[in-house]
Amino acid sequence: MLYREAGQFKTSYQTDTAIFPIRQDQIAIVVVVAVAFVAVPLLATPYIFTGILIPFLILALAALGLNILTGYAGQLSLGTAAFMAVGAFASYNFMLRIPGIPILLAFAGGGVIAALVGVLFGLPSLRIRGFYLAVATLAAQFFILWFLTKVGWVTNYSSSGVITAQQVVILGHAFTTPVSKYLLVLSIVTLMALAAKNMARGNAGRSWMAVRDMDVAAEVIGIRLMRAKLLAFAVSSFYCGVAGALFAYAYLGTVEPEAFSLDLSFRILFMIIIGGMGTVLGAFLGSAFVTLLPVLLSVTVRFLDSTLSLHIAESTISNLELMVFGGLIIFFLIVEPHGLARLWQIGKEKLRLWPFPH
Amino acid sequence: MSFFFEVLIGGLLSGVMYSLVALGFVLIYKASGVFNFAQGAMVFFAALTYVGLLELGLPPWASVPATLVVMIALGLVTERVVLRPLVNQPQITLFMATIGLTFLIEGLAQLMWGANVRGLELGLQDEPIQWVTDKTGMSLSKFDLVAAAVAAILVTMLALFFSRTRIGRALRAVADDHQAALAVGIPLQHIWAIVWGVAGAVALVAGLLWGARNGVQFALTFVALKALPVLILGGFDSIPGAIVGGLIIGASEKLAEVYIGPFVGGGIEGWFPYVLALVFLLIRPEGLFGEKIIRRI
Repeated sequence: MLYREAGQFKTSYQTDTAIFPIRQDQIAIVVVVAVAFVAVPLLATPYIFTGILIPFLILALAALGLNILTGYAGQLSLGTAAFMAVGAFASYNFMLRIPGIPILLAFAGGGVIAALVGVLFGLPSLRIRGFYLAVATLAAQFFILWFLTKVGWVTNYSSSGVITAQQVVILGHAFTTPVSKYLLVLSIVTLMALAAKNMARGNAGRSWMAVRDMDVAAEVIGIRLMRAKLLAFAVSSFYCGVAGALFAYAYLGTVEPEAFSLDLSFRILFMIIIGGMGTVLGAFLGSAFVTLLPVLLSVTVRFLDSTLSLHIAESTISNLELMVFGGLIIFFLIVEPHGLARLWQIGKEKLRLWPFPH
Repeated sequence: MSFFFEVLIGGLLSGVMYSLVALGFVLIYKASGVFNFAQGAMVFFAALTYVGLLELGLPPWASVPATLVVMIALGLVTERVVLRPLVNQPQITLFMATIGLTFLIEGLAQLMWGANVRGLELGLQDEPIQWVTDKTGMSLSKFDLVAAAVAAILVTMLALFFSRTRIGRALRAVADDHQAALAVGIPLQHIWAIVWGVAGAVALVAGLLWGARNGVQFALTFVALKALPVLILGGFDSIPGAIVGGLIIGASEKLAEVYIGPFVGGGIEGWFPYVLALVFLLIRPEGLFGEKIIRRI
C-alpha cells in the first residue's frame, strides 16, 4: 500500500533517468541518511563506532569499488586489498612530504595513485578474461604488498614497516573521537556512493554493463572496450584507494602492509557476492553481513559456552567460527545467488501488491 | 655453470611439487568448469588426516587407504551438498562457493586433529644422495626423485584415464557442454562425484609429499597459491600444462630468486611466478596448453 508508484508520472527524460526515480525511494534514502547522521551519533557507544560502524562503512566503500569492477564491468579481481594499500600508503606520503596539504586532498590523491596503479594492472584485462584475469590480479596483490614492504621510502624508512597515520585535521578541527571519525567516514562514503549510483545509470555504467554481459557484442555496437575496461579499473581502484586511506586514518591508525592481505581481498569479494553483484545497495548489505557475522558468531558461541558451561577451548571456538562462516557463505550462494540486494528487490515487488496476493 | 644447473634442477624438482597441487585444480576444472579454490585446503586436510590416523595408532599401510576413503567421502559430500544445488550458476558463484568450502574444510581439519605443527615421516630421505653430489656436484635427494616419479605416474594414469576409459570420455563430454552431455545420457552427478573423489586422491598424494617436506601445518593451505600461476601458465584445462607449467614456474622462480633477488631486496618468490605467468598470458591468453577460447556472439 505504502510502496506504490502509481500516479508518479514522469514527464521528462530527466525525471525518468533520475538516480532515485520513485518517490518512496527518495524519502527512504533521506530518512536513512538522516538516521545515520543524526540518530546514530546520539545513540551509539564508542565501541559500536570503532568496532562495527566505521569498519562497516569503510569496507562498504571498498566493496563498492570492487562492485564497479566486478559487478558492473564483469572483470573479476582478487587484488582489492592491494589497491586499498596503495591508497593508504600514498595518502600517508602525501601528508608526510607535502606540508600543509589538506587531508581530504591527500585522501583523493591516494585514490588517484591507486587508480593509476589500477589501470596499470588492468591493462592485461584487454587480452585476458575470466579466471585467468582473476589469477593475474593476484599478481597485483602480491607484488604491491612486496613493494610496500621492501621499498623503505614508502614507509618513511620505519624499521618495522609500520606507519602511523597522521592526525586527521580539517579546517582546524581535529577528528579524534570515534563519533567525529564516524561522521567523517559517513560523509565521504555517502558522497561516493551517490556518485557511484550516478555513474551506474550514465554512459559509463551502461557501457560497463554491456562489456560485462558480452564484450564482443559490446564492441560491435560501438563501445570502446579498452576505454570502458580501463575506466572501470581506474574508478574501482580510486574507490578502493580512498577506502584504504580511510582504513588507515579513521580505523586502524597504525598500518602495516600486512593489514591489506589477500584475506581482506577475499572478504571484500564475499561482500559483493553476498550483497549482490552490480548493485550499490548490495555493497552495503554485504559489508554489513560480513562485518557483523563474526561478531555475532563469537557472541553466540561465547553465550552458549557460558550458559551451558561447556568450557570449549579458544581454538575450538575460532575453528567453529571459521566453519560457520564458510558454511553460511555456501548456504547464501545456494539460497540466493543474486545476493541480499535481490531479496530487497523481491520485497519491493511484494510491497507493491500488498495486501493482495497478486 | 654447475651452480646454475644446481639451481635449475632444484627449481624443476620443486616445480614438480607445485604441479601435484595444480593437477587437482585441473581435474575439477576440466570436468566441471569449477575453479576449485578449496584444493589447497583439501591438501591440508588430507595430510592432517593421515598424520592424525598415525597418531591414533594406525600403521601407515592402513592409514593411506583410510585417508583415501575420507578424502573420497569429502569429495562426494561436497558434490552433493555444495555443487548439486548450484548447477547452472555462473562460474564466479561456484568459485565463491569453493572459497566458502575452503574455510569449512580448514576449520573442520583443525577441529578434528588440532592445529599444532606435526612432522610426517614417509621413510624417504630428504638429504642429497652422496654419489650424485660426488659425480656432478649437484644435490639431489631421494625424496625429490620419488616426488618426480610419483608425479610422472599420476600424470600417466590420469592421461590414460581421460583418454582411454568410458568414464574419461564422459568427463571430457561433460567439460565440453553440461547440457549436451546430459542429453546423451551421461549422468552428470556421478561424473562429478568421481572427479571430486579423484581430486581428493590427488590432494592426498600432494599432501603426503608436501607434508613430509615442510611439516603438516596450516601453511600447507598456501600451496594452493603457489599452484595458481602454474595453472594459468599451463592452461586451466590441461593436465600436461599443469606439469610443464609447474616445471617452468619452479625453475624460473628459483633462478630469479638467485640471480635477480639480491638486486631488489629478495623475497620475490611470492610474486615472481604470477608476473611471469602474466607475461605468458599476454602472448597466449588461454595458457600454454589451454583450449583455445573462441568467442561468438
